[in-house]
Amino acid sequence: MVNTLRMLGRTGLDFFQRLGRAHLLLLAVLAGVPPLALRFSLVIRQLHSVGVLSLLIILVSGLFVGMVLGLQGYNTLVDFGAAESLGVVVALSLVRELGPVVTALLFAGRAGSALTAEIGLMKATEQLSAMEMMAVDPVRRVLSPRFLAGFLAMPLLAAIFSAVGVLGGWFVGVGLLGVDDGAYWSQMQAKVDLYDDIWNGVVKSIVFGAVVTWIAIFEGYDAVPTSEGVSRATTRTVVHSALAVLGLDFILTALMFGD
Amino acid sequence: MNDTPLVRIRDLHFARGDRPIFDGVDIDIRRGSVTAIMGPSGTGKTTLLRLIGGQLRPDRGSIEVDGEPVHRLRGTALYTLRKRMGMLFQNGALLTDMDVYDNIAFPLREHTELSEELIRILVLMKLEAVGLRGARHLMPSELSGGMARRVALARAIALDPMMVMYDEPFTGQDPISMGVLVRLIRTLNDALGLTSIIVSHDIEETRAIADYIYLLSGGRVVAEGTSAELEASDSAWARQFLHGEPDGPVPFHYPAPDYAEDLLAGTEAA
Amino acid sequence: MTSRTVEIGVGIFVALGMAALFMLAMKVSNLAAYRTGPSYEVTARFEDVSGLKVRSPVTMAGVRIGRVKAIEFDDEALQAVVTLEIAQRHNRLPRDTSASIYTAGLLGEKYIGLEPGGEEESLRPGDQIRLTQDSMVLEKLLSQFIAKFLEDKRQ
Repeated sequence: MVNTLRMLGRTGLDFFQRLGRAHLLLLAVLAGVPPLALRFSLVIRQLHSVGVLSLLIILVSGLFVGMVLGLQGYNTLVDFGAAESLGVVVALSLVRELGPVVTALLFAGRAGSALTAEIGLMKATEQLSAMEMMAVDPVRRVLSPRFLAGFLAMPLLAAIFSAVGVLGGWFVGVGLLGVDDGAYWSQMQAKVDLYDDIWNGVVKSIVFGAVVTWIAIFEGYDAVPTSEGVSRATTRTVVHSALAVLGLDFILTALMFGD
Repeated sequence: MNDTPLVRIRDLHFARGDRPIFDGVDIDIRRGSVTAIMGPSGTGKTTLLRLIGGQLRPDRGSIEVDGEPVHRLRGTALYTLRKRMGMLFQNGALLTDMDVYDNIAFPLREHTELSEELIRILVLMKLEAVGLRGARHLMPSELSGGMARRVALARAIALDPMMVMYDEPFTGQDPISMGVLVRLIRTLNDALGLTSIIVSHDIEETRAIADYIYLLSGGRVVAEGTSAELEASDSAWARQFLHGEPDGPVPFHYPAPDYAEDLLAGTEAA
Repeated sequence: MTSRTVEIGVGIFVALGMAALFMLAMKVSNLAAYRTGPSYEVTARFEDVSGLKVRSPVTMAGVRIGRVKAIEFDDEALQAVVTLEIAQRHNRLPRDTSASIYTAGLLGEKYIGLEPGGEEESLRPGDQIRLTQDSMVLEKLLSQFIAKFLEDKRQ
């Protein structure tokens, strides 16, 4: 009994300690972001590994999610004789929810885990220590560019996901199932609001991008510097990112659309 | 030339968690010398280098490098001092996303405003010094362990530091690259007027180049002197370490209950 | 990988992302409806505007000529005051134009339909449309219908 309590207490303290470390790290990382304006080539490199290398999975998943939405939406709507609203259903689902959320989950799996593994390995192979000894702050030199790149790449990826999804839904709905082309687009334009839907979706994806990247670089930087520690950290990145994204999605949705 | 020691450590105490690593260590490193810190694995030799480099802070005691109290420096002052220190990590710690050339150019690009032409000249000079000018376009993953260390050495001297710290430079090297490294450390030290600190447990190689040797054990300096002095020393500890005797002040057995009693104790308690 | 390929890749990526955002804004959303250009405002009073929203379309003869800018409640008259924003080039609507709230389809969204009157003079900015017809509420309609039906049956 006492042991259980003690263990609970220790787990709680450990949790708060990690939470504190994560926030302190975030502050240090953010402090390193403004100077990057002078050395944007560092960010370009990271945009490549975070954004460009995630592009393929985002394009393919977006297309398929859009096609599935087209198919499912059509089957439901056609019962109400409202197949013309297919465009609205596809676009709203993508722009408000699936775009930001699915992109963030894929981003965590593709880019987040890679970031954690890379930073964790740099720590395990003493590259970060070596930088410190060369009087280069690894937080500013390694973490800040990666954070900024993740922050910038995520909204773009989510927009690409949604756009490709809308095209996928169009391909299935209009191309295969015979929904009217004009109705698909005009109903969509009538119902999807630039501010309420598109902009809020972009805000969501920016928040998710920042949180996933933050978790990824923190786990990497905080990893136990062994191969086992790095692999554990990578797993944690994916799990924690997924939970954070889904939880935040609920909160953001309630804030944005809950009137 | 200044006669005060470059590094002066006094009454150093440091513990990791509950485990004391250093328990009152005094060390002086003379300018221009090659000083070796030796001791069995786990005596905190690497920790000592990190303390000198300011990556760790002592619990008690003082560490002065070139008159600067490392243990009290923070931020910019610490970074300024570090620019004058080079460190060679055990496995080189080369940045894996850059090739050899960029690795050596890294500190120059980070800390100087030199033009790329000048940087190229400096990088090629450092590479020539370690004999790897031809390998400048290889990635770290394509280098052998010995080559990686030589590249790391070139990087460590890129900013022309006053001292270089070597963390286990000889571990896991074949005899040839071991010989190359031994010679490099000595010649670079003398040619560039460096001060070198070597942390190692490879006795032969280290004794061959060290001007002065400290033996550490149990968190204290147990013996010190030149190679010859240690050889002649009557310290049981120095004898055991220098000759690799299995038993002595460092016991062969991990602390355990009495052997006979232990055998007769029946089943193993969980 | 050379820095040139990296930069080209990032360039393509950013361009794609921007194109996607642009497509979402232009092709998917109602951005077009925001750009009304120069416009003028008139008001109309209704007893019931249920279902009407800010930015709902304002049409005449089925063609969109403006949008609802604001919906307020007049505490004195206990009526809804709707501000309509109409494109400047449609500035020759007769003074006695009437406004009705219609539903697009049975369950679709509400919009305001304007019907022209016969006067020579045109509506000026700030004018009020006199003739209005309220939103048709399905429940009200049904209850009226049922009441009438029961009455008929009793006779």
